[in-house]
Amino acid sequence: MTSALPLPPTTPRVPAGPTTAQRADVIVIGAGALGAACAYFAARAGLSVLIVERGQIASGTTSACEGNLLVSDKEAGHELDLSLYSQRVWREDLAEFQRLWEFESKGGLVVARTETSAANLRDLAVRQRDAGIQVTDVAAEEISGFEPNINPELRGAAFYPQDAQLQPILMAAHLIRLARTLSPTSLLTNTEVTGLIREGDRVTGVRTSRGDYSGGAVINAAGPWASTIAQMADVSVPVLPRRGFVLVTEPLPKTVFHKVYAGEYVAATLSSDGGLQTSPVIEGTPAGTVLIGSSRERVGFDRTSSLPVLRQMAREAADLFPVLRKKKIMRFYAGFRPYCPDHLPVLGHDSRAPGLWHAGGHEGAGIGLSAGSAKLLIQSMVGERPDLDITPFTPDRFAENSYADR
Amino acid sequence: MVGPMSETTDLLVVGAGPAGLAAAVTAADHGLRVMLVDAGPQPGGQYWRHPDERYPVADESAGHHGWKVLTKLRDRLRVHRGAGHIDYRPGTQVWFIEAPKTESSPWYVYTTASVEAQPDHVPTGSVRAMRIVLCPGGYDRQLPVPGWDLPGVMAAGGVQALLKGSRTLAGRRAVVAGTGPFLLPVAVGLAEAGAEVVAICEAGNLTGWAKNVTGAVQVPSKGVEGAEYAKALVKHRIPYKTSTAVTRIDGDGQVQSAVLTALDRRGRPRSGSERAVEVDLVAFGWGFTPSMELVQAVGAETRIGSDESLIAVVDDMQRSTASRVYIAGEATGVGGAMMAVAEGELAGLGAAGDNGSSIDGARVRKLRGIIRRSAAFAQAMHHAHPVPARWTDWLTEDTLVCRCEEVTYAQVCHARDDLSADEARSVKILARPGMGWCQGRVCGFACAKIAAANEDRDLSPDDLARMSKRSLATPVSLEDLADLTLE
Repeated sequence: MTSALPLPPTTPRVPAGPTTAQRADVIVIGAGALGAACAYFAARAGLSVLIVERGQIASGTTSACEGNLLVSDKEAGHELDLSLYSQRVWREDLAEFQRLWEFESKGGLVVARTETSAANLRDLAVRQRDAGIQVTDVAAEEISGFEPNINPELRGAAFYPQDAQLQPILMAAHLIRLARTLSPTSLLTNTEVTGLIREGDRVTGVRTSRGDYSGGAVINAAGPWASTIAQMADVSVPVLPRRGFVLVTEPLPKTVFHKVYAGEYVAATLSSDGGLQTSPVIEGTPAGTVLIGSSRERVGFDRTSSLPVLRQMAREAADLFPVLRKKKIMRFYAGFRPYCPDHLPVLGHDSRAPGLWHAGGHEGAGIGLSAGSAKLLIQSMVGERPDLDITPFTPDRFAENSYADR
Repeated sequence: MVGPMSETTDLLVVGAGPAGLAAAVTAADHGLRVMLVDAGPQPGGQYWRHPDERYPVADESAGHHGWKVLTKLRDRLRVHRGAGHIDYRPGTQVWFIEAPKTESSPWYVYTTASVEAQPDHVPTGSVRAMRIVLCPGGYDRQLPVPGWDLPGVMAAGGVQALLKGSRTLAGRRAVVAGTGPFLLPVAVGLAEAGAEVVAICEAGNLTGWAKNVTGAVQVPSKGVEGAEYAKALVKHRIPYKTSTAVTRIDGDGQVQSAVLTALDRRGRPRSGSERAVEVDLVAFGWGFTPSMELVQAVGAETRIGSDESLIAVVDDMQRSTASRVYIAGEATGVGGAMMAVAEGELAGLGAAGDNGSSIDGARVRKLRGIIRRSAAFAQAMHHAHPVPARWTDWLTEDTLVCRCEEVTYAQVCHARDDLSADEARSVKILARPGMGWCQGRVCGFACAKIAAANEDRDLSPDDLARMSKRSLATPVSLEDLADLTLE
């Protein structure tokens, strides 16, 4: 144990309270959705928590997404199990807080443009029903009953009542606020982790731009930057950024009632292609704006706006909801999904660097999966048997350094 | 026509106000092919906003200063347009700018029709430009006040635009409030058009002027202007109240009264000094906010100016830190129309010189002298007319900070104090101020100040940059985006 860590330099920019303890049971790197959820469940387990955030609360991927809790885009498998589990955590463990983060159980409508695509949707629904997903086939003539403004030419659809949406920035901020009410919890914003403190192989704390802090456990919740933190412990976690844009309309009267997307979106989420993929994903928000996605491309952390991508997204949205053609786009934003080549999250203890835990790599599903992932991780950390087996997500599954240079 | 991919122009000038007009005609004088785009329907910008030129009036110059400067610039523009040197596009707004891909390739600038476009306007297109001069101007800075969302509360500049552009009175009985010399022409303009101006409320105590006389005397014309206004205030019996602010506005569906409150030396409202006056118009101006979206779109470096506005960093030829982009006018610091004209001309010379034309060194030195003296005057003015340090004292919990999204002061404080938002961007994404129609143009400054107040610190460029950075410089329809022609 490093017993005499230097005190952090005093600075007026520490909003965490009068003093920040130099030691916590758990240090969480990142104040996004995953970091906030880990902090909350750690505090609920009675652990003291220090969150170290390079920017501000939710200033990375969490503020650049749509806040989806989806089961509709998943095939049977480990990710679906985690998704269904996380649904329960959102709807049961966190039921009383739903209003704080504008939780809306609005349901998802997946639509098909061709007969073939409609047949594929029906086949997918059969498999999903077997796996425990609630799904209803929607005939072409019934679609307008769900979405009166949608393109009338569609050939079929499937409705998923479990699909939901929340406001991810409020979610992260409130989970951290709630953590503070449960256990000593500090948040250091504008504080970059520059290294990990090691004792042999063991990770015992973090070095930051504000000084050193020691912790019984360190959770890497750095989103698309998770691989950088892992490298500080000389281990490889092959999380890569996969860029996406979202267009935001002017505030409108209720125009889109569910989360609506084209069947091809499922294929896009499951692909590993580095090149550009777009598929329309449209939904309204309580603020009245309509969010228009989606694009996926592997271009590193390049934030440069790409008009060809935005144009493609606009075309697909205008095709799916012709009523939006004349509406104004007020702004758009870019974000980076934490993409993992095997499309599974990285969740749990890293036996290659004892003391280091990972919570990330959920690609585009991180908001929905955050609550369940965090609860399972903390259960595992305090020695309880997790409600769901997390070994399929183990960080140890990556061979040493195999992705380090990608 | 701004149609699908026009030819490459030597220089694109954005804005046809004092700075942009000077830049465009100067560059054209030196042989550059210039495109001049402007959101307004005719040259002059906000400063020289005037009645529709298609229906001439005898007293076109009424209420204007430096009108001859405009008519000269306008004549030169006419000549250059006739000769095909300047392609002038009124009613046109830039919504997106793409940086050059290489050192020698052009900027791509995408435009759409502005709200003032003529019905026959060709709506959307793109321009390739080897160089850009940005002269985006500015607008009145606003601070929230209880009741400022009532009809009858207007920006001072809006009141003046109605007077200058449409010869329309915004009210019959007015109070003009805020800080800065711009309150004077607005009050005098209202009085001369027949309104009763109950008071000008100047928040500054103006003792600062004495300390900064050196700055003031460097620009003698400013002294002359001041004397004219002083005479007009006496003539129209307009009381000029220093260290006074309008701290509340009341009315049932429309402004009926305004509360005038004295401010102490630290800018705090003095309790017990409140006095209500009956008015139907409150015109507010707290200095100006430069329009910075295009400056940020080209990636130019910014800083905080002496009036706490975000402004662009430029060198002594108005070059920004973005390659082949020059900036002039309010966006480099608010200093009045004549300073903007000088900066515009210098930017035009800079672009011409960098493009290979020979330029007059003596003229460059003369312009730099004008700019230096005007900037010294502006700085003295900004120091004499600060935003009161404790303006938030007059807010109540339910005062709207963001009128578009109807976000109250209590909600902003909740985000800051309970949800750990200690920077403007976090306040914005948590409580939604600045997320609505105006995208933070009106409440950006106030939100940044409230966020910074938590730590009792000065504004940083980041605070304002995050409230004024816009992915789209102006909204664009989904179909404009979907039907966009790209190379």
